[in-house]
Amino acid sequence: MKANKDAIHLDTSGFTPNLPRRHRVGKLWLVIFRFATVVGLIALATLLLNVMNSAFGYVAVENKVDPDTLAVNGVELDDLPKAELVRILQENVSAGLFRRLENDEPFAERSRLDVYNLVLERVVEPRVVQQWSLQDSLFRRAQIEAEVAANYPKAELEFKSWLDKYFILNPQSARAERAGVRTAILGSLWTVGIAIVFAFPIGVGGAIYLEEYAADNAINRVIRTNINNLAGVPSIIYGILGLAIFVRALEPLTSGTLLGLADPTTANGRTILSAGLTLGLLILPMIIINAQEAIRAVPSSLRQASYGLGATRWQTVWHHVLPNAMPGVLTGAIFAISRAMGETAPLVVIGASTFINVDPNGPFAKFTTLPIQIYQWTSRPQDVFRNIAAAAIVVLVLLLLSLNASAVILRNRFSRRLD
Amino acid sequence: MAMQTNVSDHPISTNGTYAIEARNLRVYYGNFLAVKDVNLHIPQQKITALIGPSGCGKSTMLRAFNRMNELVPTARTEGEILYHAVNIYDPDIDAVEVRRRIGMVFQKPNPFPKSIYENVAWGARINGYKGNMDELVFESLRQAALWDEVKDKLTQSGLSLSGGQQQRLCIARAIAIKPDIILMDEPASALDPIATLRIEELMQELAQKYTIIVVTHNMQQAARVSDYTAFFSLDEQDRSGVLVEYGPTKKLFTNPEKSITEDYVTGRFG
Repeated sequence: MKANKDAIHLDTSGFTPNLPRRHRVGKLWLVIFRFATVVGLIALATLLLNVMNSAFGYVAVENKVDPDTLAVNGVELDDLPKAELVRILQENVSAGLFRRLENDEPFAERSRLDVYNLVLERVVEPRVVQQWSLQDSLFRRAQIEAEVAANYPKAELEFKSWLDKYFILNPQSARAERAGVRTAILGSLWTVGIAIVFAFPIGVGGAIYLEEYAADNAINRVIRTNINNLAGVPSIIYGILGLAIFVRALEPLTSGTLLGLADPTTANGRTILSAGLTLGLLILPMIIINAQEAIRAVPSSLRQASYGLGATRWQTVWHHVLPNAMPGVLTGAIFAISRAMGETAPLVVIGASTFINVDPNGPFAKFTTLPIQIYQWTSRPQDVFRNIAAAAIVVLVLLLLSLNASAVILRNRFSRRLD
Repeated sequence: MAMQTNVSDHPISTNGTYAIEARNLRVYYGNFLAVKDVNLHIPQQKITALIGPSGCGKSTMLRAFNRMNELVPTARTEGEILYHAVNIYDPDIDAVEVRRRIGMVFQKPNPFPKSIYENVAWGARINGYKGNMDELVFESLRQAALWDEVKDKLTQSGLSLSGGQQQRLCIARAIAIKPDIILMDEPASALDPIATLRIEELMQELAQKYTIIVVTHNMQQAARVSDYTAFFSLDEQDRSGVLVEYGPTKKLFTNPEKSITEDYVTGRFG
């Protein structure tokens, strides 16, 4: 640089470039940004580790009957067909109980899972007497073995994944060992499904009106500002709103009595439909705001080209604005799904059932959702419920990921079509 | 001239003198008067260039011819634009019908993010074209001098073409709806000199069939391609655009009547 300075005469009077200092400031900010990212990553890792720590680990189980003795020709209890399971049940319970079970629901009509659960419940009767975290299970194995041998001579030590096939497939149960999240998963899918079906068309329609049709006057500006504010209203307020409108005022509709479809066990407005519509109201501002932004980002040159060819406003919106805004609109929908899936407070207000072990059979059924289930389990006094709550959190996260993934695929398909 | 008369009821006259005519045209943006009292008659099947310094209202003037100014919420138009003796600003006239008759090509090439074929076919389809769509698309592309370059890739995106090709695609798109007049708003300003030359050649070919009104910043371009030139300038007092001089291009460039025109075309200001 020195040689150049001599060769080229630069007029530097009035400038103090101070280059080292400018670079130093840049480096300082870079360090701050890196630190912020690391903090975020640590928080995420802690969360995941914490959940994993409870979802997996050693348990000491006391069985009334050792399941190994029930194995038939080397086939373990887990893999036995329904007929064998029925036979085991018949051999191991009193004739009276077997008749009563048959009377409740004939064995021919029961599912294999149901019979398997009966075998566990009535014959094996496993009872978790103590459980250890994943961390302890990995690093203090010898100690745990000694403890079990000393305290629970009859117990068997096994490594348990609280998240297993039966956890996904079983309905809620009062005993943590047999409790599952099937009803909660179905409840979550139903409510979020109704919410998105309700809120997506209305939200996108509202956004189209506000961006493409509404004049830029004071009233519309007030409406726009208020929609932005609505997105920040605490979700419990939506719960109160939903309770007043859907559960109480519209009870004949939301309970299904108006259509003659009421669930005989509920017959009030605390149904999947009420919950779905309440979540729909909750995510509506999010969808509107994101759709508005996506529509605003469509270049005006496209609109002009369309109008210039003699297209009507609607043709312009339908053929150009909407397809080009769709990736952004769908991004908003992805956020909205995540939000609705994780909501607990408004559903508590609406009256989600905390204990329910029958599958929801339609929009007029009682329901529970995954977050409600997790909330309820974590507030139980028994330690075992903490483990299944952790497993339910893993299920919720996986469910969210898969729903989001499908929305992302849909969005990418739209973006690709535009290139 | 009757209130109920629709633009489409009038056959395109081939022996008439004027394609379109502005009478006492005033365009406001809010309170600002952008174009003041313009009287201008555009001859048929000729190229008319609108020139003038930046902000003199020539683009506004161009957009007044097919009511594109209406897309600006604050814009307001007074006076008349007569198209085959019908005022296109008459409340009975549908702007959509006006734009279908008076097409437009924009400054920046703006093809739709669709296939090349679909770019040309879309306008015709939404306007209810019932004929052979393939023939219409191919013929429009040929007229726009683009056919040879794109005939093997009609299903590719219009955005995959070069800037000059995109602009010719926009011209093909405009002529596919069989307009009477084509408005061009600085159609070559975003293009390189070779692409510009092609557009200019194309304009002269199209002028055998269509009336073309072109806004340009480039005075050589106006001199090269246009038959008539209208020179706009800013009113000294209220900064609104006024028509200073209008006449055959040759006369305007060689022997203008007003000194301000001479200053502009000789490059002494603007």
